[in-house]
Amino acid sequence: MRGRRRILSVVGTLATVLLLMTGATFAAETGPGSVANSDFWRALTLRDYNTRVVLAGTCLLGLAGGVVGTFMLLRKRSLEADVASHAAFPGIGLAFLLTEAFRPGLGKSLPILLAGAFATALLGIGCTHLLTRIRRIREDAALGMVLGVFFGAGVVLLTIIQGLPSGHQAGLSDFVFGKAAALVASDMQVLAGCAVVVVVLCGVSFKALTLLCFDREFAEVQGWPVRGLDWLLTLLIVSVTVIGMQSVGLLLVVALTIIPSAASRFWSDRLPVMVAVAGGLGALSGLLGVLVSAAAPRLAAGAVIVLSATAVFGVSLLLGPRGGAVWEWLRRRSVRVRVGLLDLLRTSYELQERRWSAGEVPRAAELSDFSFTADLLRQVRSWSPARVASLLHYGILVGVIRPDSAGGYRLTEEGGRQALEAVRQHRLWELYLIHYAELPPLHVDSSADLTEHALHPQQIEQLERLLSGTIPPLPPNPHAPIDHAPAIVPPGGVA
Amino acid sequence: MNVLAVSLLTWTSLDTWIVVTAALTAMSCAVPGCFLVLRRQSLMGDALSHAVLPGIVLAYLAWNYGRHAGWLATADDGTRQLVLFFGAAVTGVLCALLTEAVRDIGRVEAGAALGVVFTSLFALGLLLVRLFADQAHVDPGCVLYGNLEMVVAVPFGTTGIPLAAATAGAVCLINLLLTAVFFKELQLSSFDPALATSLEIPARLMNYGLMAVTSATVVTAFETVGSVLVLSMLVVPAATALLLTDRLRTVLGLSLVAATAAALLGHSLARLLPWFESAVLGMPHAPDASTSGLMAVAGGLLFVLAWVLGPRYGVLRARRDRLRLRRRIIREDLLGRLYRQEEPRPTTIGLTIPEFASDTQHSPAAIRAALDHLIREGLITARGEDYRLTDSGRHAAVEVVRSHRLWESYLSQEIQVGPQHVHASAEEVEHLLDERLKAELAAQLAHPVEDPHGKAIPGRSGE
Repeated sequence: MRGRRRILSVVGTLATVLLLMTGATFAAETGPGSVANSDFWRALTLRDYNTRVVLAGTCLLGLAGGVVGTFMLLRKRSLEADVASHAAFPGIGLAFLLTEAFRPGLGKSLPILLAGAFATALLGIGCTHLLTRIRRIREDAALGMVLGVFFGAGVVLLTIIQGLPSGHQAGLSDFVFGKAAALVASDMQVLAGCAVVVVVLCGVSFKALTLLCFDREFAEVQGWPVRGLDWLLTLLIVSVTVIGMQSVGLLLVVALTIIPSAASRFWSDRLPVMVAVAGGLGALSGLLGVLVSAAAPRLAAGAVIVLSATAVFGVSLLLGPRGGAVWEWLRRRSVRVRVGLLDLLRTSYELQERRWSAGEVPRAAELSDFSFTADLLRQVRSWSPARVASLLHYGILVGVIRPDSAGGYRLTEEGGRQALEAVRQHRLWELYLIHYAELPPLHVDSSADLTEHALHPQQIEQLERLLSGTIPPLPPNPHAPIDHAPAIVPPGGVA
Repeated sequence: MNVLAVSLLTWTSLDTWIVVTAALTAMSCAVPGCFLVLRRQSLMGDALSHAVLPGIVLAYLAWNYGRHAGWLATADDGTRQLVLFFGAAVTGVLCALLTEAVRDIGRVEAGAALGVVFTSLFALGLLLVRLFADQAHVDPGCVLYGNLEMVVAVPFGTTGIPLAAATAGAVCLINLLLTAVFFKELQLSSFDPALATSLEIPARLMNYGLMAVTSATVVTAFETVGSVLVLSMLVVPAATALLLTDRLRTVLGLSLVAATAAALLGHSLARLLPWFESAVLGMPHAPDASTSGLMAVAGGLLFVLAWVLGPRYGVLRARRDRLRLRRRIIREDLLGRLYRQEEPRPTTIGLTIPEFASDTQHSPAAIRAALDHLIREGLITARGEDYRLTDSGRHAAVEVVRSHRLWESYLSQEIQVGPQHVHASAEEVEHLLDERLKAELAAQLAHPVEDPHGKAIPGRSGE
């Protein structure tokens, strides 16, 4: 069952991805700037060197984001990445201004800008840690304040830079919205290199980070430098957001660390698998995003990449083998049908029960003498016509019910056997409730209705032992008229 | 200097309107912001300020379509604003609902679920902006940074009031009115959701209401301060007010004050920055800086100010209290020491500072200061290095020694701590016991006359 579900999940995911890509092609053909069609095929077939480099770089970025994001998710620090990216904004402006002041013309150098971004992002995270030490400031307020104030400083610096004669072509606003498809190969190589370093660092410290995420106290007792590890995680997430800013934009780069890792929860509960899946989904999002935005350059590249990640998340949420919504829905539906069918079988027995005297156990085959109609069932149970019809249909499908010539239905021999078993479980639980929980007979039926299907064979055995010697093989109906109900004395003599 | 004078003297009515608009915007944000911060939902503010973008774009397109189709009889700015409010409020509630769904279906941690939803919605919004750029006049840059300087130039009808100021003022009024009407419900559901539910206050509904109001407020602030800076208007004044007081009404009031102060300070800084750039940094060009950005920075500065100088929870206050306590401890240790020295018999041997310092680990400078203080108060006299208790000094010293020895007796009799272990604890506790506690201790120990070391317990029962 589980293996089949996994295969179905993967197949479904691939199908959805293909569908999305077809949709993107269609959009590129009919959307604004329909000449993009040929661009799209150029991009898809990786004809340009630059596209290849950008594609590889963005995939690596998605990989790094997914891997680091998973640890952040487990440490419940996901939104720190958002603070980091916003706090990096003033760093870019500051680095540009300082470099222009001392070495005019060098301000646009990517490593310098990234270094500045890295510095203020770290400073921002440091500030949130400092602010949470104030007793009256909660973590969320600390994150929000740092995010807003640092970004404000960034906006101030940006307006100053834009007022400078050399500022207009600085291209600093590209950091805000991202321009994945338009990145030059040399810049992308720097970013890709950083992403590889991040992934390798994660791999090297995998064991320590795992311990940190699952049991920080234990890790501390074992002598791991947990504070240092938390800072390592901060360094890694700041690196990812800083290198992702140019392609996805600082507003949205947080999505590349959160969405793939949140999606990976639907694929596995084991951390190594989760990390690998998150990395894979991140890379997939990057791939889809770059292809689509290469085809339709008018669309904001960062937004396209993020929406690809959202699509991947949506597919995982629906089809993921661990708690994917579709599987959960199917499982719940099948439980509902099975439970309903057992109820139907039991009802069909109870309708004909007076054919036998108390204490007499009918043979399964005898039960098929009785013919019942859908209307009769509805008189006893509060089922809708549609539910009765679907239950009867399902019953015929699995061979416990067969339609008879009179237009009614009969139990098959297998159906009779299952009906007797269901009645037995239901009444055992009712008796248990009456004698041991001392509930009045009026109230036990509804509880038994809910519980009987959840009883484990072992528990049924226990119940039999508990009530042993006092009950016939098929317990009588406690709700039956008095002359039908034999006096039952449980072993303890409670009655 | 010349530029400084010019920048201050050329304050025009436009500057006033900028400050007024900014202050009203910040105030309208601060009201829901207080509740967001109290409910630990500050990041919901961040999420909403991003997530409402697609709602705005769609609402704008709908309005535009309705106007061209002739459904809207009055194609004025008022209806547009209403449609935008509605779009934003719906998207805000949708964002909250989606976050809950992702959290519950996927068992994803709440922060991450929020991250998934708001980034996706924001990305969708950016995409819509690009796709319909020619129909919806929403400039992504403007949404992001706001443009206070431009916005105030648009007047409201024939009045001289800028449209933005009128809108912000109206939103601020509505928010205050809503808060006044639902004050009890908001207060209860923020501080004690369980009690609120048991009193039949629909906490979930209050939550969605707050989300809708926040979203609508955020939209008004978009044009003036921009989407990201809205967050600092929501959170920072509220957090600043929380550092200063405990009462919710006062928090609300103070956050309004903080918001106004941030607006005023922010624009003043924006006026002064060009002067700073040219006169101090020597930059040949002195470009203007964005007022909204500086408002956020000013808000941060005010927060730091409140944190350092706050009368109740300020850093300086805490440090002063600690310092005062430490000084009092040295003085009381000195008095106790002098009392014990003359206890067997009035001696002529004085107390030397180095010896006392090595015994108690107080610094010699602090001891000298404490001695000076005691002399000024008339508790001891000094003749050269010879320090003696005066009569009032002896009274004060008796209280310290009495505390010390009562505590030693208590530890040894009631908790059965060995006599050799009680001294260290008593050294600390002697400074903390007040009259009432001493009387209670003495009564519980049946007014002992000797401590576990056989020394007399001076004071009320001893004399």
